[in-house]
Amino acid sequence: MIILTGNDLKTGDVVWWDGQGWSRHLADAVDAGDEAEAIMAREEAARRVNAVYEIEGEQTAEGPRPAHIKDRVRGRGPTVRPDLGIQAEAS
Amino acid sequence: MATMYKYDDYDQTMVDARVAEFRDQTARRLAGDLTEDQFKPLRLMNGLYLQLHAYMLRVAVPYGTLSGAQMHMLATIARKYDKGYGHFTTRQNIQYNWIQLKDAPDILADLATVEMHAIQTSGNCIRNISSDQFAGVAADEVVDPRPYAELLRQWSSFHPEFSYLPRKFKIAVIASDEDRAAMRLHDIGIQMVEKDGALGAKFFAGGGMGRTPMIGPCVREFVPVDELISFSEAVLRVYNRYGRRDNKYKARIKILVHEMGIDAFRAEVDAEYEKMQPLDLEPPRAELKRIEAFFAPPAYEAAEDGYDLSDPDFAIWAETNLFPHKVPGYAAATISLKPVGGIPGDASADQMDLIADLAARYSMDEVRVTHAQNLVLPNVKQADLYALWQELDGAGLAPANLDRASDIIACPGLDYCSLANARSIPIAQRLAERLAPVERRLGDLQIKISGCINACGHHHAGHIGILGVDKKGVESYQLLLGGSAAEDVSLAKITGPGFDEHGIVDAVETVTNLYESERQDGERFLDTYRRLGMAPFKEALYG
Repeated sequence: MIILTGNDLKTGDVVWWDGQGWSRHLADAVDAGDEAEAIMAREEAARRVNAVYEIEGEQTAEGPRPAHIKDRVRGRGPTVRPDLGIQAEAS
Repeated sequence: MATMYKYDDYDQTMVDARVAEFRDQTARRLAGDLTEDQFKPLRLMNGLYLQLHAYMLRVAVPYGTLSGAQMHMLATIARKYDKGYGHFTTRQNIQYNWIQLKDAPDILADLATVEMHAIQTSGNCIRNISSDQFAGVAADEVVDPRPYAELLRQWSSFHPEFSYLPRKFKIAVIASDEDRAAMRLHDIGIQMVEKDGALGAKFFAGGGMGRTPMIGPCVREFVPVDELISFSEAVLRVYNRYGRRDNKYKARIKILVHEMGIDAFRAEVDAEYEKMQPLDLEPPRAELKRIEAFFAPPAYEAAEDGYDLSDPDFAIWAETNLFPHKVPGYAAATISLKPVGGIPGDASADQMDLIADLAARYSMDEVRVTHAQNLVLPNVKQADLYALWQELDGAGLAPANLDRASDIIACPGLDYCSLANARSIPIAQRLAERLAPVERRLGDLQIKISGCINACGHHHAGHIGILGVDKKGVESYQLLLGGSAAEDVSLAKITGPGFDEHGIVDAVETVTNLYESERQDGERFLDTYRRLGMAPFKEALYG
C-alpha cells in the first residue's frame, strides 16, 4: 500500500492520510494508491501539513505497517520513551 | 552572580527585534500567507527544525556557559512548552523535541528575558562558539578563553558577509594544551597561547567530523590577540570565495583545505590578510577590555585543599567526576547526565531547576555544558562537595562515570532525528548496562555513537566509535576503534563488517575483553589499541 504522511503545520504532530484528511493515528492510514501524487499536490497547496511524502507499507492484522523503521518510529513515538508520542495515548 | 558576559543595549535590542520579526513570520505562516518553502529558511535561522515527531528547537548556549537564572528558564521552557525535559548536545547547546509552531515566538521571547536565543543554531552560518567546559577555572589554561569566544560570538552574530556560507561553520576556542573541546575537529580551532610574554592564538582550520572526517591543520602558529578577528575574517573570506557550493557534501572548509592543500590554503589566507590590514577591521581594544571585565575571577574565599572521603560512594564520585580548580580549596564538579540505562544528555525540568539551585548555592551561580553532554558546576568549595554530592545523588544526578564506559556520547538517532538511519540511544543504553559493572576496571574509555554519517555523536573521535547505518531497511552498526577528540587527536578506523543491534553490544565487549587481557601498566584502551594496531581486534571480532 502507498501511505501518505507528513507533519501538522501548527503542532508538528506526525499525521497520516486517512482518505478524507489527516489523522494522528497510523491505524487510520489508507492506501492512497494512484491518487497519491494528486493528494500531495492538493494538500501542499492547502498549507496545513508540512513535508508530505509517500511511503510503502503493508496492511497487516494490526493495521498499516510502514516498510521502513523510520516511519514505524514516527507512527508510535520514540522507542526509548514509551511515555511520549502517540504510543503514550494508546496505552 | 555568575562570571559571564552580560548583554548591553545593542545585544538586547538585536535579540528582541529578532523575536518580533519571527513572531510576525510565524503568524504569516500560520495564516497561510507563507508557503513552507518560504518559511523554512526563516524558522531554521531561529533554530526551529522539523524532526521526526514534532518541531525541534535548538537553543544556543554560548561556549557552554549558563547562569542559574538561564538554567531555570530552560527548565521552565521544558515544562511550559515541551514535555518536561531537554536534551544537551555535543555542541554545548540544548534541544527541545516537542515544540509547537504557535509557541515558538513565545519561547524565544522568554529566552530573550534571560539573554538567550536560538539565532544561528542552524543554517550555513557561523554557529555557536564552543569552548572548554573548565574555562576560567582550569589550572592548565594560559588565559580564560571565554572573552575571546565572546568576541568571536559578537563578530559572527548577524555578520552579513558570512550569513550564507557554502555550509555551516563551527568554531572552538580553548586555552590549554589539554584539549577538552574537540578543538581540532572544528572548522576553525583556536588555541590561545603565550609567546615571548605576549598573548595570541594558534590557529587551526579545516577540521571536522561528518561524512568526511578531517583533523584541522595549523594555519598560523601565532596570531596576536589583537588580530584575532581580522585573521578569522581572512580565513572565512577565503572559504567563502573558494568553498564549493555545487555539492553540499563537499562544501565544508575541511574539503577546501584538503583539496587545496594546507600550504596553498595558508598562502591564500596570508594574501587576504595582507589586503585586509589597511581596513582596520579589528574591534577597538577597549571593546575587548569591556568583555574581559565580565570574566574577571569571582571573589573566591581563602581555603585549603582537602575533603573527607570516608563515604565510599562519595569517594568514587570524587575520584571520577572532579576536576582540579586553579584556586586552592575549590573544585569543578561534573554532573553526569549518563545514568546507566538512561538517555545520554537528557535532563528533566525538575533536574534542571535543581541544578540551577545548586549552582546558586555551591557554584557562584554558574553552570557549564560539556560537549560530552554533561553539565559542570565550575566553582565548588571543596568543603561543600559532600553536601553537593548528596543532593545530586538524591536526584539521580550523581553517576560516578565521567570518561568511563557508561559516559557515552550519543546523538538522538532514529528515535528523534529525521536524518538518522539507525537508533543510537538504545545502543548506548545496552552498552552502559553491559559495561557499567566493569567500567572502573576499564578506566578511561570514551564510546561515541552516531545514528548516521553526519556524526553528531562524534563516532570518529571515540576510543570506540559506533556508526548506525541503514542496511536495506534494517539498522546495522559499524564499529570503529582508535579515535580521540583530545590533544592526541586521531580518527577512528572501521573494524570490518557491521553488526545488528545485539551483535554490536557483544562486539564492544569482545574489544574491551581483549584490551583487558593485553593492556600493559597504566595503558588506557586507546594506548593499547595504538600499540597493538587493528589486527588483533579484527581477529577477535571476526576470527
